[in-house]
Amino acid sequence: MALYQSMEGSVLTTNLDKLINLARMHSIWYLLFGLACCAIELMQTGGPRTDVDRFGFVFRATPRQSDLMIVAGTLTYKMAKRTRLLYDQMAEPRYVISMGSCSNCGGLFQLAYSVCKGVDNIVPVDIYVPGCPPRPEALTEGILALQKKIKGEPFLVSPESGLIVNSNPVVGAGPAFAAGSKVA
Amino acid sequence: MGPKDVFETLKARFADAAEWKEGHAGEPYAIVDAGKIVEVARFLKETHGLLFDCLSNLTGVDLVKLKLDRIAVVYHLFSYSQRHSFVMKVHLDRTAPTVSTLSGVWRAAAYMEREVFDLLGVKFEGHPDLRRILLPEDWVGYPLRKDYTEEATYQGIPTTRPNPLELIPLGMAEEIKNA
Repeated sequence: MALYQSMEGSVLTTNLDKLINLARMHSIWYLLFGLACCAIELMQTGGPRTDVDRFGFVFRATPRQSDLMIVAGTLTYKMAKRTRLLYDQMAEPRYVISMGSCSNCGGLFQLAYSVCKGVDNIVPVDIYVPGCPPRPEALTEGILALQKKIKGEPFLVSPESGLIVNSNPVVGAGPAFAAGSKVA
Repeated sequence: MGPKDVFETLKARFADAAEWKEGHAGEPYAIVDAGKIVEVARFLKETHGLLFDCLSNLTGVDLVKLKLDRIAVVYHLFSYSQRHSFVMKVHLDRTAPTVSTLSGVWRAAAYMEREVFDLLGVKFEGHPDLRRILLPEDWVGYPLRKDYTEEATYQGIPTTRPNPLELIPLGMAEEIKNA
C-alpha cells in the first residue's frame, strides 16, 4: 500500500499548510517605517549585533514587497493618513507590529493635540511591543511572537469550510479611513 | 551697540511708534506699533551702524494669561557685521490678529510666519504663501492659543484613549466576591 493511501488525503494538505507556514514565518520582509526615536532601535535590531536577518527578517523600502509593517515611533494625525495608505498598499497576508509606547497608545505625547493615540485606531495591530523605546531584544521577542502567530494560523485551508482561502482576515481595524480613501 | 542704543536710534526716527521695556527675563525689548512694523524693520536693516541683516527667530505668544487679550509676535534680530542683537515685539488684537509680513525685508520670515499662522492664527498681510506648515491643512483651530480645546475626533479618529483600568467592567469585582 502506498504511503499517501494510508493518509487519506487531508493529512497531506495539513502538512503542506505547515510547510508553507514554516516558509512564511522565516521570510518576513518588513517595511522601513521609522517615525521617531524608536527607528534608531529598529535600525539597531536590523544591525549585526541583534541581527534579525537570522530569522529571515529583511527590510524592504517599499510596501508592495513587504509582509510586515513595524510602526516605530510617534504617530501624528498628519502621518496617520499616510500610514493607512502604506498599509493598503501592502499585499495580504500582512502584519503590523506596534513598536513602543507612542504607537501603542500615544505614550509620552498622549496629551498632545497632534499625536494619534495608538496606531490601532488606524490599522489592525498584531503585536504590541512595550518600551520607550524598546531595546532590540524586546523587538526581537515581538518578532518571535509574530512568528509563533504565523505558525499557528491556517494559510491554505479554512478550518470551518475546508475551502482554500486567503487568510489573515482584517480584524480590529479602527473606524477611520476606508480603503482607498483620499489622502490630502 | 547695546539694545538701549539701538532703541535710541530707533526712537529718534520713529518717535511715537516704539516703546522701551526692560523685560522680566533680563533681555530688554521694544514694543513696536504694528502698523509701522515694515518701516521699522527696513530701518533696522538698512541704517548705517545698525545693519540687522539676520532675522534669528520669529515667534508668537498668546498673552491671555497675562490678562492682556493680546497676541504678541516676537522678532529676534542679529547683525553679523556689527555683532549686536535686538528684540522687538508687536502686540495684536486677539480676536483678529493681523500684521504686515516681513518676508519682503528678510526672506527667512516667510517660513516662520507660516508657523505662527499655523499655531496661533496670526494673519500676515502680504505674505506670498500663507498656508499651514506643520499641521494638516484641514485642521480646525490654532492649538497654541491658550483657550484651544481639542476636538473629540479628527477625521473619525478619536483623540482620546480610554484608561485601560477603566475598561475592566465594574461588576467584575462583585462577581469575584460572589463566586
